[in-house]
Amino acid sequence: MRKTKQLGVTTALALIIGSTTAFAENIKIAFIDPLSGPFAATGTNGLHQFEFAAETLVNAKGGVLDGQMFEVIGFDNKISPKESLIQLQVAIDQGVRYIVQGNSSGVANALTEAVDKHNKRNPDSRVLFLNYAAVDPALTNEKCNFWHFRFDANADIKMDALTDVIAANEGIKNVYVIGQDYSFGKAVAEAAEANLAAKRPDIQIVGNELHPIGKVKDFTPYARKIVGAETDAVITGNWGADMLGLGKSIIENGFTGPIYTYYAAGSGITAAFGEGGKGSIRLISEGQINPPPTEEAAAYYTAYKAKYPDGNVDQSRISNTIGMLAQAIQAAGTSTDVVAVASALEGMEYDSMWGTKVYMRPQDHQAIQNMHIAVHTNEGVTFDYDNSGFGVVAESTIEMAGMDSPTTCKMERP
Amino acid sequence: MNEQDQITTDPTKPAQRMRAGSMTISATPWIVAALVLIVLPMIFTNNSAITIMNQMAITIVFALAYNMLLGQGGMLSFGHAVYSGIGGFACMHIMNATEFFAVLPLPLLPIFGGLFGMGLAMIVGSFSTRSAGTVFAMISLGVGELIAASSIIIVAFFGGEEGISGDRTYSLPFFGIEFLKQIEVYYLISAWLMISTLLMYLFSRTPIGRMANAVRDNPERAEFLGYSARWVRFYSFIFSGFFAGIAGALFAINYEILTEENLNTTSSGVILLVTFLGGVGFFFGPILGAIVFTLVQTVLSLQTDLWAFYAGVLFVSTVMFFPGGLAGLIMMHVPAFKFGKARHLVLPYIRTLLPGLITILGLSALVEMIFHFRHAATGEDEMTLFWTTFDSHAVFPWIIAIVVTAAAFWITRRNVPGLVEAWHKANNFSGGRT
Amino acid sequence: MELVLVNLIDGLVTGLLLFMLSAGLTLIFSMMGVLNFAHASFYMLGAYFAYQISLYMGFWVGLLVAPIIVGIAGAGVERYGLRRVHQYGHVPELIFTFGLALLIEELVQFIWGKNQMPFDIPEVLNFTAFAIAGNSIPAYKIFMIFISVAIFIGLLFVLTKTRVGMIIQAALSYPRTVEALGHNVPLIFMGVFGVGTALAGVAGAIAGPVLGTFPGMAFVLGSIVFVTIVIGGLGSLWGALVASLLIGWITTFAKSYNIRMEDILNGIGISTPEYLDDNIFRDLWTITSPQIADILPYILMVLILIFRPYGLLGKRDA
Repeated sequence: MRKTKQLGVTTALALIIGSTTAFAENIKIAFIDPLSGPFAATGTNGLHQFEFAAETLVNAKGGVLDGQMFEVIGFDNKISPKESLIQLQVAIDQGVRYIVQGNSSGVANALTEAVDKHNKRNPDSRVLFLNYAAVDPALTNEKCNFWHFRFDANADIKMDALTDVIAANEGIKNVYVIGQDYSFGKAVAEAAEANLAAKRPDIQIVGNELHPIGKVKDFTPYARKIVGAETDAVITGNWGADMLGLGKSIIENGFTGPIYTYYAAGSGITAAFGEGGKGSIRLISEGQINPPPTEEAAAYYTAYKAKYPDGNVDQSRISNTIGMLAQAIQAAGTSTDVVAVASALEGMEYDSMWGTKVYMRPQDHQAIQNMHIAVHTNEGVTFDYDNSGFGVVAESTIEMAGMDSPTTCKMERP
Repeated sequence: MNEQDQITTDPTKPAQRMRAGSMTISATPWIVAALVLIVLPMIFTNNSAITIMNQMAITIVFALAYNMLLGQGGMLSFGHAVYSGIGGFACMHIMNATEFFAVLPLPLLPIFGGLFGMGLAMIVGSFSTRSAGTVFAMISLGVGELIAASSIIIVAFFGGEEGISGDRTYSLPFFGIEFLKQIEVYYLISAWLMISTLLMYLFSRTPIGRMANAVRDNPERAEFLGYSARWVRFYSFIFSGFFAGIAGALFAINYEILTEENLNTTSSGVILLVTFLGGVGFFFGPILGAIVFTLVQTVLSLQTDLWAFYAGVLFVSTVMFFPGGLAGLIMMHVPAFKFGKARHLVLPYIRTLLPGLITILGLSALVEMIFHFRHAATGEDEMTLFWTTFDSHAVFPWIIAIVVTAAAFWITRRNVPGLVEAWHKANNFSGGRT
Repeated sequence: MELVLVNLIDGLVTGLLLFMLSAGLTLIFSMMGVLNFAHASFYMLGAYFAYQISLYMGFWVGLLVAPIIVGIAGAGVERYGLRRVHQYGHVPELIFTFGLALLIEELVQFIWGKNQMPFDIPEVLNFTAFAIAGNSIPAYKIFMIFISVAIFIGLLFVLTKTRVGMIIQAALSYPRTVEALGHNVPLIFMGVFGVGTALAGVAGAIAGPVLGTFPGMAFVLGSIVFVTIVIGGLGSLWGALVASLLIGWITTFAKSYNIRMEDILNGIGISTPEYLDDNIFRDLWTITSPQIADILPYILMVLILIFRPYGLLGKRDA
């Protein structure tokens, strides 16, 4: 039996080493996100966007420094914190200095702590954690550290932007908040309450509830309550099947007002909403897809669609992440000294092709950028999602959202 | 309680055959195992290999603890992850109790994890062990779901979906070791692996461990002998909870974070599969299962996104063709070795297994090619498989793959009768013992 | 008051859907002693097959053909998989179905991908049947109720009034005697397994459009089906019906009304602690019924198993 173990580990090792030696000079970026299991669709699409961004924005232009190329390596974390930590170790052993991850704040939380500890304990193989989608505010507040950078707006900033739009809409008197019962769902609910109370004290929150995450089979009872509460708008932070189930159920039960969401686009959700969600589903996100903000963005999207006909560019922040990393490495003059690269990232202002400036706030490593409220429709859609004819069209823009939002982060620099 | 010398074994039953053999087992395997554990990190020095070995060791402890129920006690649990999870969470809270943790050497922490796992097992066991079979299984499922669900709701103890994290290095230094390096953690975990494996093995040889077997096989008869089946089950259950808690504590030490995934039904299901894959009838079965599964999950998943598919095929075919698991497969060969006829098997094995292996690789190559054909980016027709790069949209590679697979399959089929014959010959008593 | 009626209807739909799954499972269990973990996977297959067929031949053909395919697949699984594993005992059987469930999920992802399928309610049924105090009841839900009731009556008729049903009932209790009487028990097993999975297929085909057709749909429903048959009493068709409706209504009502733990505790005379935010039980105090609606069935099951291991209407020990 011990023999088997030895044999097994030998194989393991051979495989690991095998993949190390292949590319020696590239700057390796480890993409640690689900590539199998129920969340694999989002993960795989994210990986494709990273590979495409590295190829188009860096490698096709001759790389960085003296011609070093970006190489994105996918690691399947099965959306499990434990597996993420193992894959992080494997990635570091392969010479990776930059980690990107986004799906699940739970995983991001585990990674940021592990990276912090690793960098403290192994100063000679430090890594940076570039978070492109995990939006739990804690990551840039009480749990912030020098190695973590967030390129998406956090849940509070998004809610700040979202409530600006709601506040400006005189027709909205009642709002219903519903979300999944975990840290992110709760953060959304708290931020909605606090922001609405400050901006439009006359708006009544007629419902504020949480449902179990990923366990609800039938959303009808929730939908009935929402319709019964005679609300003018719904706010939800739901994602995945919970988003789709809730949204469909609300619409089927006769609600016609706006449903403000964080994640109701792409990954099959747009196609599944189809005609039913038209004009009702709203999305708060960075990066304007329709109408295309710049010609560069349009060309980028077209090229991406040509390569991945089934994919969507639904996370424009991914290209910002790659672009900003390249710029920071260029400015630092090194790709191995991550402290220098991190210092270059701090306070960086980056002109994104998505028609916005991205500012990396130094005090908490939170990217500040324009936010958009977009509506799910099939009119005026240049780039649809899921090849469904439906897509999201920007309705309103909040410039540099959350520029002076408070943070509790006490950044410790090495 | 002196049934040590009363044990009679029926060598036709695999579970008992193991014990019949183990009567003569000396300290040798344990010393060898310990040496291997000491030497391994000197061969595989990089951190990721050590991390993977740590993960293996944790899974081994957990799977062995699980097998105390399933294999030795005949109790099927669908929610065993909660006991290891509770042990781990308790250790995490101890790590965060700064003052207490500062005077506690880290190597002692798993004891607390074990005690907490045992405590929960006592509470649940008080009502769930009244009967075995479906009632026990369904109660374990229900309790498992309840605790997993409350782990998201009760944030104060479980930390919600982000879990609870801490820092192992704040403990009292143990002979100057602060456990900053992975290698130090490896030796800590290995030491606990040896201790708990030995204890669990010894438990299986105590009167209670023996009675667990008896209750598994025939509870009524055990009752007639004057043993309360319920109490025997209860003891197995709480000791299993104890060692599961130790596994949880080792997890806490290694990863320094505990989350909902340590409790949920998926983890409970995985440990059931791991144990069964290794073989429930043998003490060392779960060890094999844990090693193989960790490699599949961690290393195979680096190679292919379809690893879960292969894992599923592996499980279903194990259950269908080798219900004794990997350990059963190995132990099948013991008689042949004892008769000194194992060498007769070598050639037929090569003749059958080599083409069989090629068939399997060929089939997986076809699966990968279909996957690539359907999902690869436009313009990226090239794929690399078994160190060969080719165009998955051309006909030629497909023909090669299909022909090789079919030919290998044909050869395998043709050689199977030869293997069966050789097998019968090698296991034939008529040749007499040599 | 009107809302109660609406909730009754919603709960009825959920309950009857659950019943279609649990009816097949309880038959399979009581006959073969197999807790079929892959049962919900056949439900998922039903939805996917129905979706695929509906793309070419419309919803109705899908509804008709998909369950048949699922039933054949189920019978095949029994014939070539379970029957082989049966000889090793119940635990390997169970693990076989467990592994099968994983495998089916992977297969579905391999064939259809990981996204949700745009499987929609047919146009004919896409209207509001009637409304109660502003709450619209979609026609599709009424259709679901009719289908499930029809299946229940049909099953009851076959099991109690026909010769085949008699043999099945006899084989449930005395398989050896039935075999001795010259009936082909393995064939009956295969048939029951096929019909049971086909019922799951029907459930999938009609639930796919409303509850979503995605690779996780089996997992979401997986263990709740066991809970249903355990609560109802293993092997009892009526028990399965009662338990399904009970679970349907309990979860629906728990979601519709915000019952707070604080109110309950205050009601029985425990007063809220002064500094709730620092209290270690703070999370317990703030629990609301919609939060825990979907875990209530598990609590119910554990309680029933402790106090009445036969289930509500079961006759024999689980």
